[in-house]
Amino acid sequence: MSWLPQLAPLTVVLIPFVGAIAIGFAAGSRQWIQRLSWLTSGVFLVAVWGLAGPALSGEALEQSVWEILPGLTIGFAVEPLGLLFALLASTLWILATPYAIGYMTHGGYTNLGRFFACYAIALGAAAGIAFADNLLTMFVFYEILSVSTYPLVAHDGSEKSKRGARTYLVLLLLTSICLWLPAMIWTWAATGTLTFTPGGILAGQVTPATGALLLVLFMFGTGKAALMPFHRWLPAAMVAPTPVSALLHAVAVVKAGVFVVLKLAIYIFGLDYLKTLATTDFVLYVATFTMLVASLVAMHQDNLKARLAYSTVSQLSYIVIGALLTSQLAAIGGGMHMLMHGFGKITLFFCAGAIYLASKKKKVSELDGLGRKMPITMSAFFIGAMCVIGLPPTGGLWSKWHLVSGAFDAGHMLILAAFLLSTILNIAYLLPPVLRAFLKPLPASEQPGIKEAPWLCVVPLSLTALGTLVLFVLAQRGFDLMASIFSGGLA
Amino acid sequence: MTLLDLMPFMMLAPLIGSGFVAVLPGRATPWAVTMLVCLSSAIIAAAVLAETLGGATMSYPFGNWPPPIGIEYRVDAANAFVAFLVAAMAAVTLLWAPKSVAVEIQGRHGTFYALFLLVVAGLLGITLTGDAFNVFVFLEISSLASYALIAYGQDRRALLAAFRYLIMGTVGATFFLIGIAFLYMVTGTLNMADLAERLPAMSDNNAVRAALAFIVVGMGLKLALLPLHLWLPNAYAYAPNFVTVFLAGTATKVALYVMLRFAFTVFGPDYSFVVLPLSTVLMVLALAGMFAGSWVAMFQIHLKRMLAYSSVAQVGYMVLGVSLATLTGLTAAFLHLFNHALIKTALFMAVGCVIYRTGSARLDDLRGLGRQMPWTLTAFALAGLSIIGVPTTVGFISKWYLVLASIEAGAWWLVVFLVITSLMALYYIWRVIEAAWFSPRPNGAAEMREAPLALLIPTWFVVSLNFYFGLDTRLTVGAARAAAGALLGDGGSAP
Repeated sequence: MSWLPQLAPLTVVLIPFVGAIAIGFAAGSRQWIQRLSWLTSGVFLVAVWGLAGPALSGEALEQSVWEILPGLTIGFAVEPLGLLFALLASTLWILATPYAIGYMTHGGYTNLGRFFACYAIALGAAAGIAFADNLLTMFVFYEILSVSTYPLVAHDGSEKSKRGARTYLVLLLLTSICLWLPAMIWTWAATGTLTFTPGGILAGQVTPATGALLLVLFMFGTGKAALMPFHRWLPAAMVAPTPVSALLHAVAVVKAGVFVVLKLAIYIFGLDYLKTLATTDFVLYVATFTMLVASLVAMHQDNLKARLAYSTVSQLSYIVIGALLTSQLAAIGGGMHMLMHGFGKITLFFCAGAIYLASKKKKVSELDGLGRKMPITMSAFFIGAMCVIGLPPTGGLWSKWHLVSGAFDAGHMLILAAFLLSTILNIAYLLPPVLRAFLKPLPASEQPGIKEAPWLCVVPLSLTALGTLVLFVLAQRGFDLMASIFSGGLA
Repeated sequence: MTLLDLMPFMMLAPLIGSGFVAVLPGRATPWAVTMLVCLSSAIIAAAVLAETLGGATMSYPFGNWPPPIGIEYRVDAANAFVAFLVAAMAAVTLLWAPKSVAVEIQGRHGTFYALFLLVVAGLLGITLTGDAFNVFVFLEISSLASYALIAYGQDRRALLAAFRYLIMGTVGATFFLIGIAFLYMVTGTLNMADLAERLPAMSDNNAVRAALAFIVVGMGLKLALLPLHLWLPNAYAYAPNFVTVFLAGTATKVALYVMLRFAFTVFGPDYSFVVLPLSTVLMVLALAGMFAGSWVAMFQIHLKRMLAYSSVAQVGYMVLGVSLATLTGLTAAFLHLFNHALIKTALFMAVGCVIYRTGSARLDDLRGLGRQMPWTLTAFALAGLSIIGVPTTVGFISKWYLVLASIEAGAWWLVVFLVITSLMALYYIWRVIEAAWFSPRPNGAAEMREAPLALLIPTWFVVSLNFYFGLDTRLTVGAARAAAGALLGDGGSAP
């Protein structure tokens, strides 16, 4: 990718923010909002991929923007894990742009200027988290992400969305301010640095009890990773228009959460140090509990988006487990699952939105026979479901493969069993919609005239479904990228 | 003329200027002269601060009487920092003044600005002087002038508020005077440096103990430290907006400085914090103030009162830093002293803009105003972020140092309190934002225009300072550390 222009990380992060300002000024004209959204996401995509080339060739891209206090900077650095997250977010953003334009236009929504401006800010914040060089920078963008998505969740302005949005914002802010922030300052007081360092910064700097406490504060403080009992914001956020649920609450926001968890595990605690902490197992089992219980809850949700939301809660815990198994293989699997689940889940949400747009159907029990009317959408749903479950020929297979072998590696047989059980649960809640759509006949009461959603929606969901298949073939590249974290450079 | 010769003019310029301004006719001229005077004070203050940051102490004997006999102006980093804050805030808030004062005060403005200059002169005098009795004199000058300024408020309740402040303020000043009298009785001197030399020898003397108690309580009153804060909410709520804006940023800060100067320099931390349990007392009161102030602020429907109660809480933060009696703790206190001045000034300015247009500071009248006065309310929201302590604002830097000081002192449980009160701040700021942006305009409410540029520009200037000093902390942290070092006797940490 060396032929692409290479910008400084800060510039890349700022692109969506500048785009958001431009969209805000153009708020009067739908035409211009759309053009600017395309332009911003396109430029952002090129800029992020432009960073990939030099980063893959082992060039250190670091940028210290501003020193706030001695040793405490707002700074950026491109490292493999962050690059992976940014690539994921930027690629899916350009696919979500037509979808969002189609969905919002055909759904009759207003206030599009605010919507697309906040959408862009959220992506910029995600990029800021991805490229943050230290905890403080990460915290700043983490909060920007929380706040900028609030208007998106409350977009239609009804009482119900406002309530949902409030739950969303309050839970995310409370956890980050009450748990994460004190943990960060404590880390600073103990170690004198917040910079992400391979191998961690805490080892040997704090007492075992403090380290154990910090782990709990950090893990539960990362509300976006949706560990129980702080998972309620994610189902609450489902009142948002589907493009928001798809890109933000399946990719940017939740992946930011697990990304933070992975970064903390690898660069702040360090896998070796995690092994010694008393609370690692505790958090590990909370995550396992979350994974299983959220799957069980998902099985009982008739509302399709709610089912997908609980599925996300469950899948996020896979990644948290991956980070805490203290095995390199599992951490790599966690990082890959970030990617695979991103593609799979955005496909599912795109489909749910397309179904709603075409037929006004929100419930799983109403999907009977829909496969005949909307074959492309339901096929894509099937592929996305396979990816989330972890079946070939989709990329989801590989991430779960590495997670399971990581658990085996670490000797956590209980968690190995939980993974297998969870896969069965995944099948139990993700395949029924597909089976209903394709195998059951259309109900007689069905009014005619349901057809595929507008092409602006169908094309993106086909592309992301295709993406999961492509990732099955290209998974090794993701593995190599992640593995370079531990080997100290690409082979 | 050297800087040392110029230094007293920081205080003398407003003092002499006030007599001159008092007789000026009209409105524009008194303001212009006042501005000129305050600017020159601010410039001298900046120069003095630059001089003392390196650890130098400037001493100016008045009338060439050598220090223990005559009055001495003795300036180190600690008071240079506070003096700079006062003089600079006076100049900055004056930028905001003319429009706001024009609607609130009838007739000519000469007397009003003359009183304002007297307050400035008083506050600067308190800060600069090295003579304990002189502190009292300037304290009375600034207090009496500020009672009069508050009584200028349009609401008739302003008279009562001013009277209450007068009673409480006089009690405070009297306590302070009694304290000084005790010290004079046992040592025979009023010069602070001289006192500091003589007091250690008589640490067993009960009069000295009583003196410390009287001084701390007296200053606690002026500082509005809970439970001595009762005068503050009404005084801030009913004073003319410009007066609130200025006093909120400066008056309580100067009182805190005096308390620090006496506790650390005159009595010495060994005495104040080891022999007497000042640390515990201050910490308990600070925490109580943080909680009670934030708690009451959460339920205020009058914005100025809400911000006033928030000030009570913020004073708690500063005193909390003091109570730790470490270098980092004092640095945090000085930092917050400066930062809170920026935060509160910005918030009161934004509220002042709202009052200028709507004539009301009630939360109900604010509903739906966000779309009609976007610049004003965005300024409020941004300054609100600062008081909550969001990163990249000055509020964050203050809290960062407070937390750091708490952890360093082994009092990590204080962090829990800091987090909870920050959340309370989040709540009371959020109420305003929700009313302004997420509530519909009440039926029949008049369409409001954006506040005039003459008010908006200074407001945004202070808001941007909130972010500038949140990112570039070299000046503030450096000066606060130097100030803390000066109080603790050059960089060493207290016991």
